[in-house]
Amino acid sequence: MNALSRYAVRGMAIAAAAVLWTGAASAQISGAGATFPYPLYAKWAEAYRAKTGIALNYQSIGSGGGIKQITSKTVDFGASDMPLKPDELAKAGLVQFPTVMGGVVPVVNIAGVKPGELKLTGKVLADIYLGKIKTWNDPAIASLNPGLKLPSQAIAVIHRSDGSGTTFIFADYLAKVSPEWGDKVGVNTSLQWPVGFGGKGNEGVAALTSRAGGAIGYVEYAYAKQNKMTHVLLANRAGDFVAPDSTSFQSAAANADWEKAPGYYLLLTDQPGKGSWPITGATFILMHANAEKPEIVKQVLQFFDWSYRHGDKLAEGLDYVPMPDKVVGLIEHTWKQIKDANGQPVWTGPVM
Amino acid sequence: MIHIDVNIAGWARRHNFLDALFRAGTAGFAIVVLLLLGAVLLALVRGAWPALAQFGAGFLVTEAWNPVKDRFGALAPIYGTLTTAAIAMLVGVPISFGIAVFLTETCPPWLKRPLGIAIELLAGIPSIIYGIWGLFIFAPFLQSTLQPFLIATHGELPWIGELFAGPPFGIGVLTAGLVLAIMVLPFITSIMRDVFETVPPMLRESAYGVGATTWEVVWNVVLPYTRAGVVGGVMLGLGRALGETMAVTFVIGNAHRISASVLAPGTTISATLANEFTEAIGELYISSLFALGLILFAITFIVLALARLMLARLKRQAGS
Amino acid sequence: MTLYARRRIRNAIALALSGAAMVFGVAWLAAILWALLANGVSALSIAMFTQMTPPPGSAGGLLNAIYGSAVMTVIATLIGAPVGVFAGTYLAEYGEGSRLVPVIRFVNDILLSAPSIIVGLFVYEIMVVQVGHFSAWAGATALALIVIPVVVRTTEDMLRLVPNSLREATAALGTPRWKIVTHVLYRAALQGMVTGAMLAVARISGETAPLLFTALNNQFWSTDLDAPMANLPVVIFQFALSPYEDWQKLAWSGALLITFVILILNVVARALASRSKKLV
Repeated sequence: MNALSRYAVRGMAIAAAAVLWTGAASAQISGAGATFPYPLYAKWAEAYRAKTGIALNYQSIGSGGGIKQITSKTVDFGASDMPLKPDELAKAGLVQFPTVMGGVVPVVNIAGVKPGELKLTGKVLADIYLGKIKTWNDPAIASLNPGLKLPSQAIAVIHRSDGSGTTFIFADYLAKVSPEWGDKVGVNTSLQWPVGFGGKGNEGVAALTSRAGGAIGYVEYAYAKQNKMTHVLLANRAGDFVAPDSTSFQSAAANADWEKAPGYYLLLTDQPGKGSWPITGATFILMHANAEKPEIVKQVLQFFDWSYRHGDKLAEGLDYVPMPDKVVGLIEHTWKQIKDANGQPVWTGPVM
Repeated sequence: MIHIDVNIAGWARRHNFLDALFRAGTAGFAIVVLLLLGAVLLALVRGAWPALAQFGAGFLVTEAWNPVKDRFGALAPIYGTLTTAAIAMLVGVPISFGIAVFLTETCPPWLKRPLGIAIELLAGIPSIIYGIWGLFIFAPFLQSTLQPFLIATHGELPWIGELFAGPPFGIGVLTAGLVLAIMVLPFITSIMRDVFETVPPMLRESAYGVGATTWEVVWNVVLPYTRAGVVGGVMLGLGRALGETMAVTFVIGNAHRISASVLAPGTTISATLANEFTEAIGELYISSLFALGLILFAITFIVLALARLMLARLKRQAGS
Repeated sequence: MTLYARRRIRNAIALALSGAAMVFGVAWLAAILWALLANGVSALSIAMFTQMTPPPGSAGGLLNAIYGSAVMTVIATLIGAPVGVFAGTYLAEYGEGSRLVPVIRFVNDILLSAPSIIVGLFVYEIMVVQVGHFSAWAGATALALIVIPVVVRTTEDMLRLVPNSLREATAALGTPRWKIVTHVLYRAALQGMVTGAMLAVARISGETAPLLFTALNNQFWSTDLDAPMANLPVVIFQFALSPYEDWQKLAWSGALLITFVILILNVVARALASRSKKLV
């Protein structure tokens, strides 16, 4: 036997031992879906495990992925930034509830324009993304910004190339303020964009925006804040120009009427209220109404119950907006729809 | 160690049996490869069926890609896939060949191993790193150097000018092709170097003996001897170029549009899959993505068949 | 100009170009490695090897991901490399006259360029959906499917380049065919076969797409092969694209780690291959 095969055999023996040693561990809870809440769920999961010893593993594979996985029952819960409509929920036998909210922020890169200086309305934003407004000194933009010196530079439109809940919320807003957007482009996680370049992920959009002079893009709030990008002031439904921050997101959330939304199908874009940021959205959890594994389902619900009660600080620390207490009561009432094989509700109230 | 076996017949029987076993065993594994592709293809066809039934052959020649209105066509990704792979091969193959020649013919022996390992290291870098590097470092570099140069020198030329039209954004089809060229380099180079080294020294020495220069030895002796292996290495590289997902998505600009200019954004089949599969909802949408995957297999099939044909013709010419 | 001078000039130009190609290739490597080092070294620490992947804002490391990647890569190579070597052997040694062999060879080349995301989806359909949960087994299977065609291709190429005289000489001594292949040809082609295996391992070590839908990923320490398992590529992918600086730093150091491990593997495998060659 030569040296190599001796080494190979030894290597295989070690590998086999490693495989055997990795015996079965205790049952794990796993969830998958939307990318947007991933950092927060990871944060909550760490804190929850420190408290209870229960490990809940959440992975970001995209909202569409989350819906597909929970439908094919490969995970214990799914997550999506795009809520399912009540009839879709009923058809798939799913229960849906929101966990946190956040904002999408248009960012620009124009020489001489500082964060919060440029004012835009939804209509103008839609026209830019439709390719109708082509330069920064277009009268439509200039009339909103009398004090600002805008160059004659061409606008470089940057959008997400990957399917994304962020795109869904952004497009939903544009469709609400511009009928033409609704007609020509529509609302989805991926779109046929009339103009522009696609960047992969928030990171890609941010990189392209900060490089190309005259660029405009849209990113999640945490991204704009952490990277100190040049955000714009956006006119809301009340006609006020607001800056994106947790106050303006909360204002939008406070005016949301969750009670009247069956299956919590509610998009928080273009909400009323003087201080409301117009491109706000919630992220959702999806679970089966018929719990095949009641014990695990119960643990999932306990985790979210704990997070609603004790996770607000952690959420705010990462620039998410927690759900108001009133809504949480409503959500936990909804959990009664999740039943085990005997038709008994799995959720019997918080343990802690 | 001397071992005398008297029972020759028994010895032969045993080895005949072992021989047959070995042959059958290896054949079994070869058939596993065949079944594997069959299974992958089957899964793909099943997934792609609704889209193919809906759009028919029109799927191949439609440029639209509209998830909102459920209208899908594969023309833009097909075009992008072929263009980027072509750029990658045009740039990558000659450079790989050059490196392999350098490593086997002119490199001082003490440098051989470090340089060889250095090139192979390129293969080990995760593709997402190529993507991020391409986006943050390589694209701005191209934006300020190569692209303005191309526009200035070629932009005015008739016909060719079309290829280099538009403002230099750094990202685009050209950038994606160049990043791919860098990614396929280690694959092609390593294989070429290994096959060059298998040329029997006698062949080489005879050529040198009759007064051939190093280049003549490479071109007239080494290359013909190793042709099949060289083509294999190129195929390996081409395979990676056609199928690479992550790195391309970062630098290609991801637009479902066909532009004559290589400076404009485009998309490839694998980039579209990587970008959209995780978020796609709706049967027709997902099915169209599967259909794209199927088309990539078809493209590979055609490219490979052409390569085989070329090789066969080369062989005939060499024979006559 | 004499013919002799022309030939010499052509030779000089060709060799200069090949040298330039070498410089060019190494320059790219240097540029990418520099980016990796500049971004990755600052986050390297002992904690990287002792702690689990953290949520943003907490201290942590990559231990669970390093472990998961190692386990899945080893399993994938243990499954994929033997299959590839034997299949490649059949193609090279028993291929003459067979009608099946050209087909298999062709099919293998097609598999080479199958986008890794399709391989991931295939394994997702046949394993994850059937079993009802994500698992490290599924991840390793997907990686093995990527290893196989690379190893088949390189094994066949390398065996074919072993001079026939060697086969004939050994056969003349009365050596049975299987022994010729395993004892003589494998040894002669070892260097190239090791290169093939290395390229395969290098390729799977950084693949995100086939793992996302098979092994998923895991925030916590898990050694259960039947459950989602953490792995470096997916962690790097998720962390690199996040807004949080501490995550981005971990992503860079993870990438640096993968590259470094490939370097070590490469050096060790080459050293072993050349040592065993000397023992022949």
